[in-house]
Amino acid sequence: MDPDPGDRHASTVQLTAGPLACELDGITMSFGTNEVLKGVTLGLAQGHVTALLGANGAGKSTLIKVLSGVYPEHGGEVRVAGHPVRMESPLAAARHGIQTVHQRIDENIVPGLTVAENLVFEEIVRGEVPRVRSLRRLLPRAREIAQTLGLDWPDSVLTRDVFELGIADSQMLLLARALVQRPKVLVLDEPTSTLSAGEVDRLFALVRRLRDDGVAVLYVTHRLSEVAALADDIVVLRDGAISAAQQRPFDMEQAIRSMLGESLATHHDLVEQRGDVTAVELRGVQLLKRSEPIDLDLRYGEVTGIVGLIGSGKSEMARGVFGADPLRAGTMTLDGKPYAPRHTSHAVGAGVYLVPEDRAAESMLPGWSLTWTSTLPFLRSVSTWGLLRRGRERSTGSAVLEDFGVVATGPSQPVDALSGGNQQKVVVGRWMHAGPRVLLLDEPFRGVDIGARGDISRRARAQASEGACVVVFSSDVEEIREIADRILVLVEGHIKLDAYTSEVGNDAIVTSMSEVA
Amino acid sequence: MTGQLRETTTLMRIQDWVVKYGFIGVTIILFVYFAVTEPAFATSSSLFSMLKFASVTAILGLGVTFTMVVGGLDLSIGATAGLAVQLAAMTMVFYNLTGPTAVVAVLLGGLVVGLLNALLIVVFRIPDLLATLGMMFVIQGAKLIPVDGQSVSSGMVLRDGSVAPGSFTQDFLKIDRGFIGPVPLPVVIMIALVALSWFVLSRTTWGRLMYAVGANPEAARLAGVRVGFYHGLAYVISALLASVGGLILVSRIGQGDVNAGSSSLLEAVAVALVGTSVLGMGKPNAWGTLLGALLVGIVLTGLTMKGLQYYHQDTAKGLVVIVALLFSFTLSRKKLRYTPAT
Repeated sequence: MDPDPGDRHASTVQLTAGPLACELDGITMSFGTNEVLKGVTLGLAQGHVTALLGANGAGKSTLIKVLSGVYPEHGGEVRVAGHPVRMESPLAAARHGIQTVHQRIDENIVPGLTVAENLVFEEIVRGEVPRVRSLRRLLPRAREIAQTLGLDWPDSVLTRDVFELGIADSQMLLLARALVQRPKVLVLDEPTSTLSAGEVDRLFALVRRLRDDGVAVLYVTHRLSEVAALADDIVVLRDGAISAAQQRPFDMEQAIRSMLGESLATHHDLVEQRGDVTAVELRGVQLLKRSEPIDLDLRYGEVTGIVGLIGSGKSEMARGVFGADPLRAGTMTLDGKPYAPRHTSHAVGAGVYLVPEDRAAESMLPGWSLTWTSTLPFLRSVSTWGLLRRGRERSTGSAVLEDFGVVATGPSQPVDALSGGNQQKVVVGRWMHAGPRVLLLDEPFRGVDIGARGDISRRARAQASEGACVVVFSSDVEEIREIADRILVLVEGHIKLDAYTSEVGNDAIVTSMSEVA
Repeated sequence: MTGQLRETTTLMRIQDWVVKYGFIGVTIILFVYFAVTEPAFATSSSLFSMLKFASVTAILGLGVTFTMVVGGLDLSIGATAGLAVQLAAMTMVFYNLTGPTAVVAVLLGGLVVGLLNALLIVVFRIPDLLATLGMMFVIQGAKLIPVDGQSVSSGMVLRDGSVAPGSFTQDFLKIDRGFIGPVPLPVVIMIALVALSWFVLSRTTWGRLMYAVGANPEAARLAGVRVGFYHGLAYVISALLASVGGLILVSRIGQGDVNAGSSSLLEAVAVALVGTSVLGMGKPNAWGTLLGALLVGIVLTGLTMKGLQYYHQDTAKGLVVIVALLFSFTLSRKKLRYTPAT
């Protein structure tokens, strides 16, 4: 593959000649043995909007937390206006002129307090407001803060419980709170995810005004249209390191490529299998709140890979087919017969299985052994008249363990004591052991080491060649190419591409992913 | 975050050992102490009467155990037992019906309470603790209405001035006073219910699925488990067990005391919690609950023999519970897998 032009800057991350408001130098951060940031060096120029892109798990949120003083134990150096600073706490970050508006609004406003009290919250925390405070004394200051954002909130709004504000106004409140500190650096973490179109315009106008005032803005987002509209620079984070940096004019395809993995090698060892019998037929299925209905056939005897970023609707599709969440609209058939699972047990009964996206929250039962975890969906087959047959249970556990080469002390070892890859082998293996008709794997390789990933991939392909319909959902093009016979690209609930792996190049995939819906 | 192995020090090993066996150790030490200092304590009649008194607590504790298994907690357990007391008394005293009829009425009453709890928690999604707290007050209050707040006893004067026609039947009083061989009937019922609960919880699909619901309801749902059914089932079982406990209680006191049962809530919760940590099980289980009930029984019987006045009993019970919980929560390095949904 040709060296990509946009990648030239990857190692040199000084993007502009302008004075830097803030520099990150070799930032590292680990949780236990898990190295999340592997030396991020990045300069944020005054009067520039820098867009930070990155797939799930690239380390974006960790980087933001370093910058906002949540993780003082990080490695490397943060410099503000050329001087090294240590940020022990969010308050210290604020003192150095770095303000962050986090994505989770509910974690940052204080319900039960009034809008005014939330606006002057920083001052309350710092004890700059008299302990016994009357609303009347807070109001002038609150009004002043709201004004910095041009929010003309009358006193009747300011004295209301903050809980009564809508999400968008709460977001504005947090922004106003950040701006009143006159930050030199403003970090916005996916600020538009809850806003309507009009509110987004308001926000963008504000960000542009701040930029013109010389504020350095770090703008974290998944939405390429926003990047195109707002950013002066793009920085892409992948696997805890900066993988690309661009200035205008942007090459969006290149940005996507850097986000998802540079070495999109063709996998020659993949012997493509094509199925011709339809397993699941989706008709008029609406995946997202504002997306158009789609039609889709998932076939036996092949591995279908569905590529999509967060918010593309891929988890919605997986969970809808499994009956974990109801579909917004549309119908399904399985083997030509109407299929409308109202509960996951219907899907399991029909041989439709799902490995959900979030292993810890959605698959693991704390303290449960490998055997118990393996037999949980199939207790009927290891019992007679409701009595558990322990011999049969153990042999199922051992079979899952051995089939998949799970590294464990035995079938009675708790699954949560295993490594991520081995946990996933158990979770995938328990479904495969039962012989699925349709096997849905949502991000099956997250937090899974390369060896386990290969094993799972091979076993999934073997299932398909034995006739099962295997569907893999991932945001990683590389992963999908490694496992899938047929590739679908999902963007904001729409199918942008549907082709056999051998017939579609990486460029076409990336191009379709970067199409703005 | 990933598998950081901390070295297990000798101190930690001692701590683990204390948590695992300390509780049983304390039980045995107390038992020996009372047996040596009070010769009457270790006689078989005294032991059986102790077991008999522990039986109601143990059976209610089993109910709590089931609800703890699904990650909840039944706070209406004492009130349900109290309802059973009154239902039995009313059936026999007001309506002059037979003992077996009273038993059926009590079990039906328990079933209704259990289904109502399940409805509130599973269908209306009220957090377990709050739903059963509300149910507790509703039961305690509502049962006073038909009896004008009076305890039901044979020969009492009714609203219309007539005398209640019935009385407690002999066969019904046998529930508490009967024997099978040398063993009092309540003790037999207790052992049978503990064994049955253990069997259901650890040897049947019902039990396994209830543990799954308690361990991670979302993971259970995504494994195809009907989480709502098993969550509700635990509350039905709990209310039925509470009714059986109430039957023994009313057979013992021989009248429909309006206050009966209400004080057993804390004890029942405590013995189930204690049972969670016994032998390092780390999860609610039937035999542990029985052991917890026995400890409370030993302490109360022993102290009574030592001449402790009845009004000290609550203090003694409370202290036993707190000491037991120190073993479970404070000393235990294992995070106790008990987190009621609030």
